[in-house]
Amino acid sequence: MIRIDFNKLRFLVIDDNAHMRRILRTLLHGFGARDVYEAEDGAAGLEAFTHYMPDIVLTDWAMPIFDGLELAQMIRQPGANANPYVPIIMLTGHSEKKRVMEARDAGITEFMAKPISAKALYQRILNVVANPRPFIKTKTYFGPDRRRNVNPNYVGPERRKGGKADVIRQTALIDKARVAG
Amino acid sequence: MTKHSAKKPSVATYADHEVINPPNPLRKALSTVKSMDPNDDPVARAEQALVQLSGEFSAWMEAECKRLDQARCAVKSKGFSKATREALFHAAHDIKGQAATFGYPWVAGSADSLCRLIEHTPDMNRIPVSLVDQHVDAVRAIVRESARPEVLGIADELTKRLREVTEEFLTHENRDRPDYLEGILAPPLAPSDQSF
Repeated sequence: MIRIDFNKLRFLVIDDNAHMRRILRTLLHGFGARDVYEAEDGAAGLEAFTHYMPDIVLTDWAMPIFDGLELAQMIRQPGANANPYVPIIMLTGHSEKKRVMEARDAGITEFMAKPISAKALYQRILNVVANPRPFIKTKTYFGPDRRRNVNPNYVGPERRKGGKADVIRQTALIDKARVAG
Repeated sequence: MTKHSAKKPSVATYADHEVINPPNPLRKALSTVKSMDPNDDPVARAEQALVQLSGEFSAWMEAECKRLDQARCAVKSKGFSKATREALFHAAHDIKGQAATFGYPWVAGSADSLCRLIEHTPDMNRIPVSLVDQHVDAVRAIVRESARPEVLGIADELTKRLREVTEEFLTHENRDRPDYLEGILAPPLAPSDQSF
């Protein structure tokens, strides 16, 4: 079985709601994390990201100054900071399809609609640690591969140019570990 | 296709995009164990930590309701502006997201209905303040009466009626935007236990 040593990971929690920050901090400490940093808006979050260099960012969507989506777009700037590949988990009350797609297109790694639970948060963290996706860079996008699955029934044009090699088959590390276990 | 340095992220270049496999520094935190110690379940530990924190939740819920009420009062005294609209939306949105965690899951529906009313009305000055009042009063009443055994039924009825009125209003206000209307009437894509 796969196990995460949370005390080897640094987390940055960005949420303008102090209650939600406290809940997330409590859950992360419960998992075993020691290094949990907090910021209360997008600007402070970006500053904390640069300063603390967290391994995983957990961010709200709706925040003052700039929101979680804008924050993600700023982090996902190749060359603009030390780690544009950092996993970003968005925790939000938004659950509409349009919102989920917007978050995906901003480079969010995992999306979690509130209310949150310990189990759902753990699964998201396990996924980003054990099963990282490749990054895709195009003229208009830089972020985790938005294709989680290869759909054999897909009908439509191939939007990525490059022939057969363009289909990226991803065997999840977590699946490999499950088989091995 | 071009391969670059192996030490840095490996990059495969195609006609109009690159596929980048960055090193995974988080691998340092992974280990494999033959079986999980049932006394060392991180999810159970986190849930237990949350239970210990839960003594504070009713006060937090009250604080969130007070914030919602203040935002409503600001709308009534100053009218809808970008600032008052955002404050009201954020207060309702936070309640929607946190109510279940705080032990008030039946409040989330009314708060969600208020969020929809604010978010999807094209001209904020046309949002009926009386409908805002009804939502805010419903949220506060449900929280206040949450100890009563019949609260679930009352909350259901209130939420259902508020949703009906709100959806009817939004349908009318967005009558010239059929695509938008279709989008907002679609069911949510992401329940809390699902990712994209």
